[in-house]
Amino acid sequence: MRRKVIFGNKLLPYLLLAPQLIVTAIFFFWPAAEAIRYSFLRQDAFGISVMFVGLENFQDLFADERYLQVVWNTIWFSFWVTVLSMGVALLLAVLADRHIRGRNTYRTLLIWPYAIAPAIAAVLYIFLFHPSLGLLGRALNGFGVPWDYRLNGDQAMLVVILAAAWKQVSYNFLFFLAGLQSIPKSVLEAAAIDGASPSRRFWTVIFPLLSPTTFFLLVINITSAVFDTFGIIDALTGGGPGNATQTMIYRAYVDGRVNLDLGSSAAQSVVLMIAVMALTLVQFRFIERRVHY
Amino acid sequence: MQRRSLLAGSAGLLSVPFIAPSARAQTGAGGRTEIQFWYGLAGALGERVAEQAQRFNESQDRYRVVATFRGSYPEVMSGAIAAWRAGTAPHIAQVFEVGTATMMGAGPAIRPVYELLGEAGIELDPQRYLAGVRGYYSDTQGRMISMPHNSSSAVMWLNLDAFERAGLSTTDLPKTWAEVRAAAQAIRARNAAEMAMTTAWPTWVMYEQMSSLHDVALATPANGFQGLDARMNLADPIFLKQTEMLLEMQRAGHFTYGGRDGGGGAAFPAGQAAISFNSSAGRAAVQREARFRWASVVLPHHADITQSPKNGVIGGASLWALTSRNRTAAEYRGVAEFYRFISDVEQDKWWHQVTGYVPLTLAAYEASKAEGFYERNPGADAAITQLSRAQPTPNSQGFRLGGFVEIRNIIQEELERGFQNQQNAQTALANANRRADVVLRNFERANRR
Amino acid sequence: MSQVQPAIAAPVPLAAEAPRRRRFLGADLTTHVILLLGVVLFAMPIWIVLMGSTHDAATIGRGEVPLLPGSEGWNNYATAWSEGNTRRASVPVSTMMFNSAVMALLITVGKLAISITSAYAVAFFSFPGRMLCFWAIFITLMLPVEVRIFPTFQVVSDLGMVNTYQGLIIPLIASATATLLFRQFFLTIPDELVEAAKMDGAGPMRFFKDIVLPLSATNIAALFVILFVYGWNQYLWPLLVTTSTDVETIVIGIVKMLGAEADTEWNIVMATTVLALLPPVAVVILMQRWFVKGLTETEK
Repeated sequence: MRRKVIFGNKLLPYLLLAPQLIVTAIFFFWPAAEAIRYSFLRQDAFGISVMFVGLENFQDLFADERYLQVVWNTIWFSFWVTVLSMGVALLLAVLADRHIRGRNTYRTLLIWPYAIAPAIAAVLYIFLFHPSLGLLGRALNGFGVPWDYRLNGDQAMLVVILAAAWKQVSYNFLFFLAGLQSIPKSVLEAAAIDGASPSRRFWTVIFPLLSPTTFFLLVINITSAVFDTFGIIDALTGGGPGNATQTMIYRAYVDGRVNLDLGSSAAQSVVLMIAVMALTLVQFRFIERRVHY
Repeated sequence: MQRRSLLAGSAGLLSVPFIAPSARAQTGAGGRTEIQFWYGLAGALGERVAEQAQRFNESQDRYRVVATFRGSYPEVMSGAIAAWRAGTAPHIAQVFEVGTATMMGAGPAIRPVYELLGEAGIELDPQRYLAGVRGYYSDTQGRMISMPHNSSSAVMWLNLDAFERAGLSTTDLPKTWAEVRAAAQAIRARNAAEMAMTTAWPTWVMYEQMSSLHDVALATPANGFQGLDARMNLADPIFLKQTEMLLEMQRAGHFTYGGRDGGGGAAFPAGQAAISFNSSAGRAAVQREARFRWASVVLPHHADITQSPKNGVIGGASLWALTSRNRTAAEYRGVAEFYRFISDVEQDKWWHQVTGYVPLTLAAYEASKAEGFYERNPGADAAITQLSRAQPTPNSQGFRLGGFVEIRNIIQEELERGFQNQQNAQTALANANRRADVVLRNFERANRR
Repeated sequence: MSQVQPAIAAPVPLAAEAPRRRRFLGADLTTHVILLLGVVLFAMPIWIVLMGSTHDAATIGRGEVPLLPGSEGWNNYATAWSEGNTRRASVPVSTMMFNSAVMALLITVGKLAISITSAYAVAFFSFPGRMLCFWAIFITLMLPVEVRIFPTFQVVSDLGMVNTYQGLIIPLIASATATLLFRQFFLTIPDELVEAAKMDGAGPMRFFKDIVLPLSATNIAALFVILFVYGWNQYLWPLLVTTSTDVETIVIGIVKMLGAEADTEWNIVMATTVLALLPPVAVVILMQRWFVKGLTETEK
């Protein structure tokens, strides 16, 4: 798309673009190139002895069952965060879309968690699920359910999924609500006059009309579950116990920062770049479609 | 209008590095040479480090040590390494003991202690330092590479009130693991404490210390002191015995896993755990918080394996002098002077008594003893006893394993999987051994020259 | 622009529903109950922390989880604000809040400034390499900082920007999403307006200042909310790039306070948590109208 009427200056557009391009070049392209370069090198922490090793870092990575476990953790975690947060959000949005008293108040009370940082959400969840400090954690132990997410990998995964999903609901809620409100009233009236039951009306009429929103949210939720949840995991479980809650981002961080293995960390960055590129392409195709209808 | 002023403000902020602690030496006011010192001790201990630097600055007028807290130990280490790569390394970095192998392999990035002292014409006899401390930071020829700074050892902490409630003696305290197990059982049976036994630093206490005490290598040969080709030795029966014991005790409710690293440390001062294992440097916290009678004693050993346990190993950190472009002889000399200052008997004694770390030098230990410090603070010498009770063997002088942080985590992870009933002791050790060997091999490949 | 409408359409009762009002009374009740449950679900963790922050450390440490206010609130907040966590020599919360505010505001202002100018260049000029520039910006969507975390740290470290505000902020201010949004919006500005401006002899900068900026006010406000929240909530990048407490942000500060559980003053942690989430929540609620519009139209 391009407009017909434009300004003719020669230098000005470059000046206007310069800040963004300079920042992008220095802090996006240079590091990305470095990641690719490092991923083919093996070096000690100080970078004193550097050796080209070809694809060895990648081979090591995928030969490491722990890394495959981490990839699986990432998929499992993202799946449940997405399903839970979208499910709850859709339910709340459908209800909040009904013509009831206090609609706007409900909306306000349901969107503010959007503002909470993942790491802060994690702190809130500590006070819910900590085995000796948390409300629910203590209650569970009180009822004889042995609850300690610091020792039990499945429980740890459950807590980080709940915290991440909780934080994501408001965002999804807003989009679903907007999606619902854009459905033409005439369509709903026609369905109501047909005498279809409310649930039937929802699944046969409303839900299909929401599918662009749903699909869009799906991509966004998966992306954010993969990339924006470092804080939740770091503050709640530190990737443990074992490596039960380690995700791909977390592992790349630990290998680079704590284990000082730059080659492997860079190789993981490259893997992540490929993954996010795939996700973005899906999203981009979708945006294109949306822009055109 | 408002937007404009905001933008103007932001432009100002971006152009003026108003918080940019430069690591380059500057000759400050009064012609003093500045020495940047990055450390990783938070809280009260961090304040003592700052005080130590201040004492040095007041003791002379040629150098000024600027001590800066730069986050946790791993953060200080990775920060210092990144700074070195960027040519802005501090003069001195405090590096935790598990980082020793990485730093030793750093060739041109570091200046060994003996070299610095030699250039400065300062004589410091290595024999003055506690054997267990000196060995950890020396090369195979016995020359000190990094400067001992804050060293501790793991000791056993006992809640004597809980022991009394369980009908156990409060004077004849457990010395062997069999006695510890019996005590834990009694405590559980009488419900004398919420947790019978727990531990902080699981790998350090249960594997590293035990390897040293029983004169068994954690990695052969010689825990990596002889080169990069060491292999993990977790298949040794002592580790199986240790792991099986922990798993059995956990299943019986006699042992509560408190989490990785320092996580398990809180339960003792809070009075929840009757028996705990933690660094001797935790003394200050226990003294401040414990509302019960307690004792700190040397770690237990397996009597069926040895009757005379060897020395334990240290934990803590040492000081590393880093190189940088344009670093002058005067700056290195300042580092050497600081080393000499902290090794001085009076300074060392002060450091030992206010921090709870073991003294660096034997002289400071003797001086503290002569002052009656250990009579006033019973148990404060448990760590020193443990570190110096035997001549270190190749298996008990410490560890020089590349990627040791990762290896510690691997052992913790596999142990955790054991605690979750996902694997038995044997599998846990086999997995840990295999994974840790991979780390060692990667380190070997990356550091071979 | 997308088809999605802002969530403020006026309710129009359906005629067909009128005769069935009785049946809907029950349904309305269920709706209210479920929505209230949702509200409680969101509010409960905050309530626990808010109430906990008014008790002393021992109460929290014993695991009593108070659900009603205690008497230590003033002390806790005052301690947190002026001292931080007293046992771990952390910086006062006021300092961390200041750092967070500086970071969030500069990221927001920086992103807005460089995005709006670059979008303007791409939308209103024709010049060699225009599409190349556009794609160079667009492709950064695929490179969030988390993905190339360590190499970025290396670059910032090589530039000597570790532990500085510059290092904290500049790597985060390039924003493809804001640029895309502005570009999309600029394309809807009618050609006639540009014609008229040109005929009046207005140059491109004049047009930008007098026409484009005022027209973009709503978009700027919406993005302000989104970007402020983004900036305030940053975690991984500050964690890596700041090791000095001088530039520590509040979100990092809290997690560091947790540290080893050994020495955690839970009541102070709770008070700090409340303080940390106030600014972004306030911004979202106060600017709700623009935020909702912006969020649903920018698609992230």
